Amino acid sequence: MAWFRRGSADPAGPGAVRRDGTVEGWPTAPPRQGPGEGPEPSLEAGVERSRSGFVARLHGLFGGGVDDATWEAVEETLIAGDVGATLALAVVERARRRQEPGGAEAAVQAELAALLVPRPAHEWTPRRPDPTRPAVVLVVGVNGTGKTTTIAKLAAREQARGQRVLLAAADTFRAAASEQLEAWAARIDVPLVSHQAGADPAAVVFDALDAAVARGTDLVIVDTAGRLHTKHNLMDELAKVRRTIDKRLPGADPEVFFVLDATTGQNGLAQARAFQDASPLTGIVLSKLDSTAKGGIVFAIEQDLGVPVLFVGVGERLGDLLPFEPRAFVAALFGSRGGA
Amino acid sequence: MFDALSDRLRDALAKLTGHGRVSEADVDAAMREVRLALLEADVNFRVVKDFVARVRERAVGAEVLDNLNAGQQVIKIVNEELTAMLSVGDRTFRLIGQPAVVALVGLQGSGKTTSAAKLARHLVKQGRRPLLVAADPYRPAAVDQLMALGRSLDIPVHGAPQGTPVPTIAVDGIAQARRTGRDVVIIDTAGRLTIDEALMAEIRALASTVKPCETLLVVDAMVGQEAVTVAEAFRDAVPLTGLIMTKIDGDARGGAALSISAVTGLPVKFLGTGEKTDALEPFHPDRLAGRILGMGDVLTLIERAQETFDERQATQLAEKLRRNSFTLEDFLDQMQQMKKMGPIGQLLDLMPGMGGLAKEAQGAVDRGELKRVEAIIRSMTPAERRDPTILNGSRRRRIAHGSGTTTPDVNRLLKQFGEMQRLMKQLGRGGGRRNLLGLGR
Repeated sequence: MAWFRRGSADPAGPGAVRRDGTVEGWPTAPPRQGPGEGPEPSLEAGVERSRSGFVARLHGLFGGGVDDATWEAVEETLIAGDVGATLALAVVERARRRQEPGGAEAAVQAELAALLVPRPAHEWTPRRPDPTRPAVVLVVGVNGTGKTTTIAKLAAREQARGQRVLLAAADTFRAAASEQLEAWAARIDVPLVSHQAGADPAAVVFDALDAAVARGTDLVIVDTAGRLHTKHNLMDELAKVRRTIDKRLPGADPEVFFVLDATTGQNGLAQARAFQDASPLTGIVLSKLDSTAKGGIVFAIEQDLGVPVLFVGVGERLGDLLPFEPRAFVAALFGSRGGA
Repeated sequence: MFDALSDRLRDALAKLTGHGRVSEADVDAAMREVRLALLEADVNFRVVKDFVARVRERAVGAEVLDNLNAGQQVIKIVNEELTAMLSVGDRTFRLIGQPAVVALVGLQGSGKTTSAAKLARHLVKQGRRPLLVAADPYRPAAVDQLMALGRSLDIPVHGAPQGTPVPTIAVDGIAQARRTGRDVVIIDTAGRLTIDEALMAEIRALASTVKPCETLLVVDAMVGQEAVTVAEAFRDAVPLTGLIMTKIDGDARGGAALSISAVTGLPVKFLGTGEKTDALEPFHPDRLAGRILGMGDVLTLIERAQETFDERQATQLAEKLRRNSFTLEDFLDQMQQMKKMGPIGQLLDLMPGMGGLAKEAQGAVDRGELKRVEAIIRSMTPAERRDPTILNGSRRRRIAHGSGTTTPDVNRLLKQFGEMQRLMKQLGRGGGRRNLLGLGR
């Protein structure tokens, strides 16, 4: 599958970064309207707009530097992208002090990029300190964020790389949750361990790890029930699941992926913090980025927790999982996603 | 969490003193904080802009009421405006037709399927005979999920073979309802993005084919700035009659509701307050207003403990805190309330400013000390209860004797109470929080 490779090996494939910073395969939503402007413009109108008006002011094309109104408009753009009012203000203030030749947008993009966790250039692969034991990825998040679909995508991706994957259906609460993961497992032909509804999630995990070790599996991905981070007993349950992994596979150093819905507002930060407390996160998957939402809350999360967004989900199909591209993501806040 | 705004507003409002008219400077300072608070609550930035402008207009030069200072006056106006904005539209859930048809639409993961089951259960309690229709042919096991929920509630679910077009599924479901004497049809649809042309066309077709009497947009309470765009797009595709806001049992402030109501005029009709099928509540604009502002959902908590918790007493307690006059009498009252309520410590913990009280009192109840404390306090004269500083050695001995306890017991109680009074004083000094409590009725 050429889906998941990017860079020079496949310059035109999905995930490839174009010279203008946009990303191949990223949803081509119409450019965001500037604050205070009229109804959602067509793509053509959007391109026209880029030659004048808001975007031009951003690029400082009107000469004489960037005026206050433009900086205010930039701040509003960030807020509209769910960056958060306080952080948006801080970013704009720092950008103003930068005196960036490329104009307001370039300065702000630089400041936003500075909030993100420095990350290696190479793509994510499962962490596996002991080659005789499987790598483990525990997938967590609040209700409805797309954990199960993300797991299917991840499993397909790793399987395409030649890894033997096993899934653990540790969401024993939600009606037909196992059935949902079973359907995906059948579709991509990976083994699945599940128990009956209402079973102890830790028991499912234990059995899955047993099976994985017996079969020589390379990667176990654990699906958990969505849970509101404010429910102490459920967060305790999650911590127990994490402990079970540590007990059954000491030294496995499992990864913990927090799946965050891109349409989430400021609550995303509280969510991430709470899940971090229950089981330290190693990565974030920003799902549903194919919507019109920008997912700007990840700046606050990366800055606060130091956990990087590793993947973005851009659809409901198996191939709709792309490695996170900081430059493209930052650029997309200003609506230049998809070739405006 | 809820405290963040209270602290912020408290600080801003603490600077506003004096009575008489509210000055522009007063209002500007408060409005800056309110703007931030609303944005943090995920209210759409354009809605916030409009709102702040409107409130400023009302607030500047407003007559300050007798018992409020300028800051409180501003907050009162903010609260009223928020409540008014959330009260738009017709909140009544109206079933018309035989069978009546209800459709649920929304983004992926918003909680449509669970809400469909909740609605069905709610209608059964009202004497209706609902039929659930599983019209999501895309999500793996979506039909299984609704079927499982239906089974658990003993409510029938109509599904269809793979590949059946969604409008047909609905039409067949309605026919099924007629055949089996079901009088309401609740259609669960697939989650969809508003920019997905094909899927938006699908619900347009569904709506025009079966013409539901109620089409509800299911919205997650944690949705951010995009809430307005999403709601507008759905409203343009189908005739929405209202919203269900889900996952409100988390700590997301739910500003999306304000945004959507303000821009589309659509009312919130129900709140989803948990994962179980009984977790559906009617919507109260004033309570969400308080929550968006960060005041804590005081009234909902009070209602939850309605059977044993005297709301009047709670209001009076809030008043006492405001006037900084928490006495042993009040302490006794609270302990008795705790006893009646049982383990509601957590509930009180959520009320702004009540956390410390709850822990102290709960601890006392747990340790079985309540009886002893009650006896001691009852052995005091009213004057002694009002002002424990007059309790010298001989009074304490008398009290110990009269209550069948010992002087060390009395001393311990007074020490505990002293600590609680200090706690109350601290809370009282937090001007905003105390005053918000007083206003949060």
